[in-house]
Amino acid sequence: MAVSSITNLGRSGAYDWMVQRVTAYVLALYTLFLLGFLLFTDVDYASWGALFHQTWFRIFSLMALISMGAHAWVGLWTVTTDYVKATAPRFLIQALCGTAMFVYVVWGVQILWGH
Amino acid sequence: MNSKRPVNLDLSKFHFPLPAITSILHRTSGIIIFIGMGFLLYGLDLSLEGESGFNAVNDLLSSFLAKLIIWGILSALLYHLVAGIKHLLMDMGIGEELQSGRLAAKATVVISVILIVLAGVWIWQ
Repeated sequence: MAVSSITNLGRSGAYDWMVQRVTAYVLALYTLFLLGFLLFTDVDYASWGALFHQTWFRIFSLMALISMGAHAWVGLWTVTTDYVKATAPRFLIQALCGTAMFVYVVWGVQILWGH
Repeated sequence: MNSKRPVNLDLSKFHFPLPAITSILHRTSGIIIFIGMGFLLYGLDLSLEGESGFNAVNDLLSSFLAKLIIWGILSALLYHLVAGIKHLLMDMGIGEELQSGRLAAKATVVISVILIVLAGVWIWQ
């Protein structure tokens, strides 16, 4: 039987492994695109605002944001289960991480569609 | 279990091979990015508020402390990206042997140091 824990994102290590990979590809592409935009175009308010007003880029950004949440959950879950052995502090830290991720995603949605 | 058996958990006496160090740095940089995301989202929010907000972010980024924070986040991001690409290559069966694994760890350090220095030049130019 596969080893699993109720705090695993996908209830199994293999599923978490796959989530970590799929989100990694999305995040790598998004990071490289944004770095390329900042490095190779003359960024001013008009071009910056125009980029974030395009639907495809808002969708790409939301995809990256949700990927970041899932990716960070698997990563921080792994780190906390490795180093924080006592159950109560570990759950508290994981709860804080989960709350921060939720805030990031909702705040990001507001930034992307709120301006 | 015999509780009197000798244990040595003195981390300062452990020998960490380079792949272990790059692995620890991958975890550390991930945590830094996660915390740094709050700063980046704040900056993005302000920059999209309007022309004055965009200029306010530009002004913020002219201070030494803000440059240092951005360089720190960017360094963590670049290292995490390079080490992450190494992981994705390992998924494809590249760099899984002892020798190639050590070489991949060395390449991770060298490539990210170059990128981090370039990022510093970019920020302070």
